[in-house]
Amino acid sequence: MADNSAQNYWKANIKIVLSLLSVWFFISFGCGILFVDTLDTIRFGGFKLGFWIAQQGSIFVFVGLIFAYIHLMDKLDDKYKLESANARDTEAGGDSE
Amino acid sequence: MSVQVWTYAFVILTFGLYIGIAIWSRASSTKEFYVAGGNVPPLANGMATAADWMSAASFISMAGLIAFLGRDGAFYLMGWTGGYVLLALLLAPYLRKFGKFTVPDFIGDRYYSRTARLIAVFCAIVISFVYVCGQMQGAGIVFSRFLEVDIRIGVIIGMGIVFFYAVMGGMKGITYTQVAQYCVLIFAFMVPAIFISIQMTGQFIPQIGFGSELLDGSGYLLDRLDGLSEELGFPTYTDGHRSTQDVFFITAALMFGTAGLPHVIIRFFTVPNVRDARKSAGYALVFIAILYTTAPAVSAFAKTNLINTVNNIEYTAVPEWFTKWETTNLIVFDDKNGDGRIQYVGDPEINELQVNRDIMVLANPEIAGLPNWVVALVAAGALAAALSTAAGLLLVISTSVAHDLLKRSFMPKITEKQELRYARISIFVAVLIAGYFGINPPAYVAQVVAFAFGLAAASFFPAIVMGIFYKRMNREGAIAGMLAGFGFTAMYIIYFRFINPAVDNPENWWFGISPEGIGALGTMVNLAVAYTVAKFTPAPPLEVQKIVEDIRLPGDI
Repeated sequence: MADNSAQNYWKANIKIVLSLLSVWFFISFGCGILFVDTLDTIRFGGFKLGFWIAQQGSIFVFVGLIFAYIHLMDKLDDKYKLESANARDTEAGGDSE
Repeated sequence: MSVQVWTYAFVILTFGLYIGIAIWSRASSTKEFYVAGGNVPPLANGMATAADWMSAASFISMAGLIAFLGRDGAFYLMGWTGGYVLLALLLAPYLRKFGKFTVPDFIGDRYYSRTARLIAVFCAIVISFVYVCGQMQGAGIVFSRFLEVDIRIGVIIGMGIVFFYAVMGGMKGITYTQVAQYCVLIFAFMVPAIFISIQMTGQFIPQIGFGSELLDGSGYLLDRLDGLSEELGFPTYTDGHRSTQDVFFITAALMFGTAGLPHVIIRFFTVPNVRDARKSAGYALVFIAILYTTAPAVSAFAKTNLINTVNNIEYTAVPEWFTKWETTNLIVFDDKNGDGRIQYVGDPEINELQVNRDIMVLANPEIAGLPNWVVALVAAGALAAALSTAAGLLLVISTSVAHDLLKRSFMPKITEKQELRYARISIFVAVLIAGYFGINPPAYVAQVVAFAFGLAAASFFPAIVMGIFYKRMNREGAIAGMLAGFGFTAMYIIYFRFINPAVDNPENWWFGISPEGIGALGTMVNLAVAYTVAKFTPAPPLEVQKIVEDIRLPGDI
């Protein structure tokens, strides 16, 4: 039971990391490098969009990603803690359920 | 008061502060010496990590490099901050859970092998030494220009200060001085940037001023800069000039390399638990981002100012800062056509002015004509950046020698007290060697730094990531991978930079990847070799698999 919740925890963890890293890849390597010339045709204020993402925007996104990670992992940790506590209770309770 | 008096005042004040903190935070056990007792609050660790991370290169050189690279300079910005995302998501929490003192500790235990541990020690020491030399050189430039002392005396003063608080306080002393150094360096970086932003665009926030219209009515800053560049025959500032695949690979190499830097990784061993490790990674990136998003704005301001101030003016009418920097040879004027005016243009045949990239940040306040105290502030900030990083690196060298090499590999019987003494002795020796290279810098420092990033990217980063995320990875695979990745990267760089520099151009590079970016390919080589070798060799022992399962779980939260 505890093993099961550990496995679920790890799977959920991988999912969080992969989805955040795909945003990371899309913004930096995608918008900042591969599609930068296309995005440069769009302007806002004194910036070309591609140039702005490469030199400023990507860094703001990176900060956001780490805080999203902190938030999601804290939530996952709490859930796991509850699950493994329940699992321990069930084991200790023996034949109760 | 003159700039020099102000500089002395700031330098003495900040150095006094660092020494005071060192006395207050003496280390008495190896745990305090290596990981500050493991009870640094996340906010403090975030600041310390930011100072540790942002070196003389970030403070002094980066904005200047971007000013001359234009849009391509983004590979430094994205590479160094994006690598931090990898560090926070893939390494920091798990290594904290593992809960030892050093990176070679992890490699050695996870791959149950003294060979793997020794390879890691070797990499950690090489990477750290290369870095320390750069820091000392940065400190030397600041001392010689601002305090007008001999560069040798400058380096010796800097080394003396670092030595004092690193030897006394170890990680504990370093952590709290780094917190102070972060405050000094960010203040010193932001004040001139804000002043110049207001002066040029009327915007208080440099990040906004970057995209605003100039007060002199010549349109948006970046358009004006593009126009000036075109007029003088420089490459357009906001366009890319390197091939896309090269920028892609350099960014990737800097990211993987950054995530594998041992002196930054060990900072996460100092917080109480995994949750705090994640939180302090978030704080650290916020503190880093303040400087990193300001730097490209500073680049654009400084470049525009420089062109406007020096191009086509009479040499006899140059401002005072110009002559002062000329004496350090960081600005060189050669009146090729003999008209007594400075022609600063893109065509190397008629261009008469060579400007060293490193002075863009240091000279920026002077170029903009800011008050003396602001000019002096930059010197204190640059020193804080150089010393904080140097201290972190020296600690890595010292723990690698005392802990990994002696205690864990060759002299397991030494007591904690002896280990602590060896740690202090090795810091002392490391300081002397770093000081030597600071005074007699090797001519190819910039190249060697690229080498260090490639090395970290091709050796540490894949070995640690696979150690956490691929349970089946074994000793044979990891060692083969590290050797292959390291060997491949080293050979590529050595060939193009030292053996045959004549062919160091895009036509001869593999897939158009420059030696700066080859570390990314080295990472792939490491991964591929490690995976293949691990397939054909026995799985790691059960107790090692147990370690992996254990570091994946949050533990006591």
